[in-house]
Formats: sequence, C-alpha cells, structure tokens
Amino acid sequence: MSPATATRDAVRVPVAKPAPGRRSHRQGGWTPWLYLAPALAVLGALLVYPIYQLGLISFLEYTQAQVSGGEPTSFQGLGNYSALFSDSQFWSVLLATVVFAAACVLSTLAVGCALAVLLTRVRALPRLALMLAALGAWATPAITGSTVWMFLFDPDFGPVNRVLGLGDHSWTYGRYSAFLLVLLEVVWCSFPFVMVTVYAGIRAIPGEVLEAAALDGASQWRIWRSVMVPMLRPILTVVTIQSVIWDFKVFTQIYVMTNGGGIAGQNLVLNVYAYQKAFASSQYSLGSAIGVVMLLILLAATLVYLRVLRGRGEEL
Amino acid sequence: MKLTARTARAALTALPLAALALAGLAACAPQTSDNSAKSDDRSGTLRVWLFQEVSNGPKQQVVDKAVAAFEKAHKGADVQVEYIPVDTRAQKIKAAFNDPASAPDLIEYGNTDTAGYVKDGGLADVSAEFAAWPEAKDTDPTAKQSVTVGGKVYGAPLFVGVRALYYRTDVLKGLGLAVPRTQDELIATAKKVHRAKPDLYGLAVGGAYTYGALPFLWANGGELATENGGKYTSAIDSEASRKGVAAYTSLFGDTNCPAAKCAQMGGNATVTAFANGKAAMAIGGDFNHAAVEAGTVKGKYAVVPLPGIAPGSVAPAFAGGNNIGVLKSSSHRTLAVGLMEQLAGKATQRELFDAMGFLPTYTDVRAEVARKQPFVEPFVRSLAAGAKSVPVSPGWGQIDSSLVLPTMFQEIVSGKKDVAKASADAAKKMNDVFGAAG
Repeated sequence: MSPATATRDAVRVPVAKPAPGRRSHRQGGWTPWLYLAPALAVLGALLVYPIYQLGLISFLEYTQAQVSGGEPTSFQGLGNYSALFSDSQFWSVLLATVVFAAACVLSTLAVGCALAVLLTRVRALPRLALMLAALGAWATPAITGSTVWMFLFDPDFGPVNRVLGLGDHSWTYGRYSAFLLVLLEVVWCSFPFVMVTVYAGIRAIPGEVLEAAALDGASQWRIWRSVMVPMLRPILTVVTIQSVIWDFKVFTQIYVMTNGGGIAGQNLVLNVYAYQKAFASSQYSLGSAIGVVMLLILLAATLVYLRVLRGRGEEL
Repeated sequence: MKLTARTARAALTALPLAALALAGLAACAPQTSDNSAKSDDRSGTLRVWLFQEVSNGPKQQVVDKAVAAFEKAHKGADVQVEYIPVDTRAQKIKAAFNDPASAPDLIEYGNTDTAGYVKDGGLADVSAEFAAWPEAKDTDPTAKQSVTVGGKVYGAPLFVGVRALYYRTDVLKGLGLAVPRTQDELIATAKKVHRAKPDLYGLAVGGAYTYGALPFLWANGGELATENGGKYTSAIDSEASRKGVAAYTSLFGDTNCPAAKCAQMGGNATVTAFANGKAAMAIGGDFNHAAVEAGTVKGKYAVVPLPGIAPGSVAPAFAGGNNIGVLKSSSHRTLAVGLMEQLAGKATQRELFDAMGFLPTYTDVRAEVARKQPFVEPFVRSLAAGAKSVPVSPGWGQIDSSLVLPTMFQEIVSGKKDVAKASADAAKKMNDVFGAAG
C-alpha cells in the first residue's frame, strides 16, 4: 500500500561502487548497467510507477465520485497540500508520529542491543531459548500480536490487570497509556531483528580485540561503548534506519489496538491518518498527499543520517 | 559524487531511457470508469448483491422464492444472487462502481449511503418506474425519502430499522422505579439504577453510538444540518442541538456508564451489554431483538419507545434500513427494475418480516405484521411518531466515515473539550464536507 514499503527494500540494495582505478576503464560503461538492469526493471515497476501515481493523484481531486466516473477528475495544483497543511489535526498527528516513532526506535535499539550482548554472555541452552522466544515474536504477524496484546490488557478479562490488581482499568482510554501499550507491542515484535543482526555483528568482531579490552580491565559497558559500537557502526546504522522507517509508518498495531486511532482520534499516527482519509472517507487525493509527505520525511531523514555518517568518514 | 567520464556516459545513455519511461507513464492518468449503461438486454444473467446477515438462511429462502417467481415470469432471465459481508460492503460496492464490467445489476445498500452513491454516479434513476409501480403508493414517506435525492428516486426501500428503549423489568421493579416517561426521567432513572447497583450500567450508552445519540439531539429540537436550496449547513452547534448533546453525554461518567469503558462503545457493544445482563436499559433496534432474546435477559425485559421531552412523547428515532437499487452500469435495466420490484414488493417484505423480523416499509403491511407480532409494536409506534434520517447530502457518507460525531461525543465524555467547543469543531468539519460535496 505504502510506497515506503518499497523504500525499505531499496535501502538494502547494495550499490555497486568500484574503487577508482582498480578496474580497467577500457570496458564500456554498459556492463554495470547490464548487470543492474533486472534489479532496475523490478524497482522501476514496483517503486517508481506507484510513487509516480501517488504523486499524480495528490495533485488531483480524486474521490470516489471521480473513480467511478460520477464526476470528472480535475487538477488541483497544490490544493490538497494546502488543505493538509492548514489542518491542525495533521500537525498534531505528525508530532505524535515523530515522538512515538522516536520512542519506539530508541526502545527497540536499547532492548535489541542489550539482549544481543546478553546472548554472547550466556551458555548454549539459555541462548537457544532466548533465540527461539525472539524468533517467535518476530514471526508473529502484527495483527495476531496486537490482538493477543489487547487480550492481555483487556479491562475485564485480561491477566495483566488481574496480576497487577488494577481492577477494570482501561489501558486504551488515556492517550499516553494507549500509546505506551502500542509501544510495548511494537518493541516486542521488532527487537528480534535488531538483536539477531547485532548479535551476528558481535560474533564477527575478532575475539582478540574483546579479550584485549577485557584484559585491560574494561567493564562490559565500556567494551560495548568503546569497542563494539565503533566496530558495529555500519550494522547499527542499518538497523537504526530500518527501525526509523518501520516505526514511522507503523499501522497495524495502532489500527488494531486503538480501534482505528483511539478515542476522538487521540492515538492517530500518520499512516493510520492517511488510511482514514484515503480509504475510510474515500478522499484518495488527500491520502496520497499524506503519503507523499511521509515519503519525503523518511527520505530526508535517511539522507541526512547517511550524510552525517559520511561526514565522519564512514561508509555504509 | 565525482563525475567521471564513465559515469557521465552512463548518465547520458540513461537519460533518454528515463525520459522514454516517463513519457510512457504520463499517459496513465489514474483510472476513471464509465458507468453509463450500454444496452438494455431483455434476457441473460442478472447479478444481485444482497447483504449477508448474521443468520442468513431464512433470508436466503425468502429471496430464493422471490427469484424463482421472477424467473418464471421472465423467460430467459437467469438471476444469480450473491451475499456480501456487511463489514466490507463499502469496499465491495466502491469496487463495483470502479469496475462496471464485473459489477452486479442490483444491490442492497444502507439508506444513509443513498446520496453518496448517487453522487458517485453508481445508482440509476428509477423515478418513472417507481411512480408507475402500484405498490409504491403505500410506501411510508420516511422510507421513500431515503431513496430520494434531489427529487429523483434511486431505488426501492427494502426494510426499515428503528431503535427504542429496552429495559429490565425485574431491575426497575426491584428498585421501585417506574418506566421513564420523559428524557429527564430516563437520565435520572439510569443514575438511580447505577447508584443502587454499581455493577450495572443504568442506560448503556456509547461514545461511538451515533444512532443512539441522535434521538436526544432531535428531541431537544436540534438538527444535524439544515438545508437551504440544496445546500446543507451543519446545525450541530445550535443551542437546541447542544442541549441534546449535553443530555446524551451527561450519561457518561461514574454516575451511569463510566467513560473509560463507554467512550469507546458502539451500538452493538451497548446491546451486547444489555443482552448479557450488564445494563438495566439500552437503546436497541428491532433488528437486535433476536440477539437480546438469545442473551441471559430473555423474559426479563420489555421495550418502549424512547421518551421525548414532554411526558408521554416519543423522541424522534433514527430511521435506518436498507434499500435495493439498480446500478447505472447495468446492461439489463428493465429486468433489473422488475426484479427490484419483486424483491422489495409487499409479498417479499411480508415474508422477510416473518423470516428475519425486518420491518416492512409499507404502512399497511407494517400495521398488519404488528398485529401478528406484539414485540414490534413499540418500534412501529416510534416510526409512527415521526422518525428522522441523516441529511440527504452526498457529503454525509464522508462525515459518517470520518467519525465526526463519535469524535465529538468522545471529546466531550473524555473531558478534552466542553460541549460548546466540541460541537463548534464538529460543525466546522461538517461544513467543510458539505461545502466540498455541494
């Protein structure tokens, strides 16, 4: 549905970047393009065309009446964007999305990295158990996870309230407690990716380096901060960007757990807001404009991040 | 990136390719379909979409019988009926408008969607046929209005749905409370019950239960919107409407229905609470009768029209219900109109009532079934007292689906805004939609 889904994969596509001078210049410039052609064709069909349509629709008046031919399609220029930017709800949803995504990314990275380090410190059996539990959470579809989570926190029948002795406290009534509940679910289903990736990275760090640090008397935290993080930086970059993209466009968890955006829309995030506009109320052009804004924000965030890294002399 | 000779050459070759690709794409503007009918075949396959009800078997039997009678009368016509899920009907019907080639000829649709579907260009104008149809003269005016947009008729009413007050006879009797006769008494009774029995909601209400809230608005003289020359203007923030909104939202809170739970409830949740014995009163429809009978309160409840402001008066109920309409894209218009009259005719409606409890849209048939089945009497009385519907504006569908009214109620009951501010905001949102929809 969202163009950002394709962006996620685009990040992973390695860009062929031959070091200057190492390859003969006599070979024509065609060869790399030839090799890239299949990937480019797929990307073009799956990424460029939908984004083109998204952008185009965002400049039109395109509601159900236009789709089914009841009224002619008309060009609106930036009309949809000005309607969007003058809507105070859009700004509050945008702010909520940014804060919520930031909180999710930080929590996910913290939990994922901590458990990755833990994995390297425990014996085989607990490691296997932790791995299996994490993979189970990872493999659970978001909608199933959200539903189970809702059951756990149900005011009348949920075990959490019973254990904590909270009576029939409703977790989804307050704005922050509803966001917290969703955050917990998002972290639960996305930390395994961080954990497994970082764990693989730590495994690739030469044992002597860590041993030397330990012999020098470095604490576990010091080893993580001064030895592992610098060596893992490319991996951490990738998981951060991926987490930012995933958490910024979280949809299922909010939609399922807060019943489409919470009481009076208090838990709306951009993706759910776009869905409500585009599909629930058939304002496809306004929904497209929101999609374009999201795409630009994510692209900008990713580019700035890569730029900062490159400024420090590091390559992805 | 450093521009070397090689990358420059590559870019030069790529540019025309990209330009070519873009030129190809530019031809593909977003899709728009043509819904005008191309022909009017008098034989062939006629496709019908009806809603899949919770227990659909009896409905299917009635429909099968009507279809068999129709096929007998029209040689060469082959009717295929498909039951579509109610939850996803909006998407399915939109898809049918988008793709006339695979669209049905006849659809069942909710009466609040009429104006929107007409604006979408999906429904055919059947004014002439409706006027020439003898049975149509007994159609009650509210039902006829629900198929009328701008003076033209776009279908035939299939049944009406109306809500009334379900109450627990044992609870009220046990507490020595009388059945409320005015809105004030209703609110007071609800609070008394909750005080005496904190486990029960006095009157189960829901922040997302628009159709349960509207009678409070209307009883106080409020309106959703007023029409002037085809243009609608929201009236949700008028003084009378605010009084109704305040009356409804006063039922939320620790004195009756705790906001933490009730703010999120919709109509079905309140009826479920009543059926499971969690509420002393609820606003439920004639179509909820079976669900309540199946609950734990069977035999311990009764139904009266929802009281209005003056003692003994009835608060105007929301006139819900479904219609049957012919699609504009149908290539079998004459046959489809004939089948519409068969399915929405008096004989079929009478049988649908027996099978499903759907209230007929004809005043005479309705009076006849009320004599047979006493439980529908309070609902028929509510209808007779003057039921109302939502504005017949193409914008209503959008106002409904963008949850303008539930948002307003939820803002008030959760204490985010007061009645004046929330209703003013809702009015602004409604006017934006009305202004755009025309």
